[in-house]
Amino acid sequence: MVSVTNLTKTYGSVNALNGVNVQVKESELFGVIGPDGAGKSTLFRIILSLLLPDSGEVEVWGFDPVKDYRKIRQMVGYMPGKFSLYEDLSVEENLGFFATVFGTTIKENYHLIKDIYQQIEPFKTRPAGKLSGGMKQKLALSCALIHKPKLLVLDEPTTGVDAVSRSEFWEMLQKLKKQGITILVSTPYMDEASLCDRVALIQKGKILDVAAPSEVVAGFDGKLFGVSGGNMYHLINACKSFEGVESVFPFGEELHLTFKDRDDHSEALMEFLRGKGFDKLNIRLIRPNIEDRFMSLMSSESFHE
Amino acid sequence: MRKAESSMDVIKVDKLVKKFGDFTANDHLSFQVKKGEIFGFLGANGAGKTTAIKILCGLSAPTEGRVEVAGFDVEHQTEKVKKSIGYMSQKFSLYEDLTVFENIRLFGAIYGLSAGLIRERSERMLKNLGLYEQRNRLIGNLSLGWKQKLAFSVAILHRPQIVFLDEPTSGVDPVTRRQFWELIYQAAAEGITVFITTHYLDEAEYCDRVTIMADGKIEALETPRKLKKQFDCETMNEVFLKLTRPH
Repeated sequence: MVSVTNLTKTYGSVNALNGVNVQVKESELFGVIGPDGAGKSTLFRIILSLLLPDSGEVEVWGFDPVKDYRKIRQMVGYMPGKFSLYEDLSVEENLGFFATVFGTTIKENYHLIKDIYQQIEPFKTRPAGKLSGGMKQKLALSCALIHKPKLLVLDEPTTGVDAVSRSEFWEMLQKLKKQGITILVSTPYMDEASLCDRVALIQKGKILDVAAPSEVVAGFDGKLFGVSGGNMYHLINACKSFEGVESVFPFGEELHLTFKDRDDHSEALMEFLRGKGFDKLNIRLIRPNIEDRFMSLMSSESFHE
Repeated sequence: MRKAESSMDVIKVDKLVKKFGDFTANDHLSFQVKKGEIFGFLGANGAGKTTAIKILCGLSAPTEGRVEVAGFDVEHQTEKVKKSIGYMSQKFSLYEDLTVFENIRLFGAIYGLSAGLIRERSERMLKNLGLYEQRNRLIGNLSLGWKQKLAFSVAILHRPQIVFLDEPTSGVDPVTRRQFWELIYQAAAEGITVFITTHYLDEAEYCDRVTIMADGKIEALETPRKLKKQFDCETMNEVFLKLTRPH
């Protein structure tokens, strides 16, 4: 229902979006995953009619964000990355304000926000600026939903939020999806990809892949090994000095390692590392995760700094 | 034996209590951190992490209890504590309108390093990072990843015994995040203790030990491997949710 074709946007000499193609289906929870500066907010703002593209086509339920921006603004709910409600208005006043601007009332669409708003309703007379991070987020989401949008656009809603609130937030999104709202959400955190129906991986204005999270991971080519044992820093350096090694990345308790031909040379590596004095080694074949795939796509596009 | 071990503890916290009026932000915290350890300090928003870190850095005095950092009492030897530590946060790291080299000189001078030492260390550091050719560029023109790696290197330029990192890797791409962790491992291998907070629980898996705080108390303190086993979880994220989620 959202269709983006060959979309390009530059800021001076910076290519924020470089030929982006994305299709979002009706009632889908679609994630845009990439680090800061990848182009996520620019993409969202063009879809929302808040920014003009340089070239390319965008359609939102058949409407063009440039020509039909009034129509589109009625159809979308937007929660920007930065908290942007009125800090000196109360919780209730903020919600009432957004409802009025969109020509509706809190009562009319209360069912949509009930589950979320009930959690902050005990504080409805408190100024929005005095709420905790988690409560601000719930209020912002309520305000973005109060006019019953077809499309909900959330720009990094979980950045800087603790794990408990993040997990609650994703549960709220799952419930909204069941009510038929199409959701477009961005995050820099790869582990949140698995909570989406489909994801687009984006880096430096380019889409690296668009697929279901499991398919993205399945696209990882060749064998991946987990290596552990001994001092991590010395182990990383030792692995990097082995001739056949292609990539070595720390991943918590283990290193994730690939060989140049993407085959299994773990015996030879083991031998080599033992020779260097590592005696409590453990090398095992492991299943890649979404970060492994993202990094592998990054290196094939030579995005390294 | 026990004595020899405890002398290797660069952070010693004994029954730390911090109250703000009726509110108890830190409720009898006790833990030790060893030299060269990577120590993860986790907890939900409002659990009392920031309060504890401020006390460890000598920016706030404990209400009760005893806290020693780098062998100094945080309450009475505050300036000595500050000289022994480095600090880096995600929000503020370096001056955007100064060049790479100017930032290094500024922070080096604040920590009392001589001009010669600053020159020597910054050259080695920039070459190690692969940033030497960029030394006269403004910080504002560098990518977020470079800024974070540089900010960390600047935070340990004066060779502190302990470096405090407050959510250092938010928002950087996964490859840069790994490069950042390699820098942390390198510092730890050189004997610098790394004290790190993060909301992203996969980062907890990189730490030697982690504490999880909830409501001003320490709920768990162990290696990630043991915590996962103890709570029968696949990931640190699950452990965290089990411990901090209101039931």
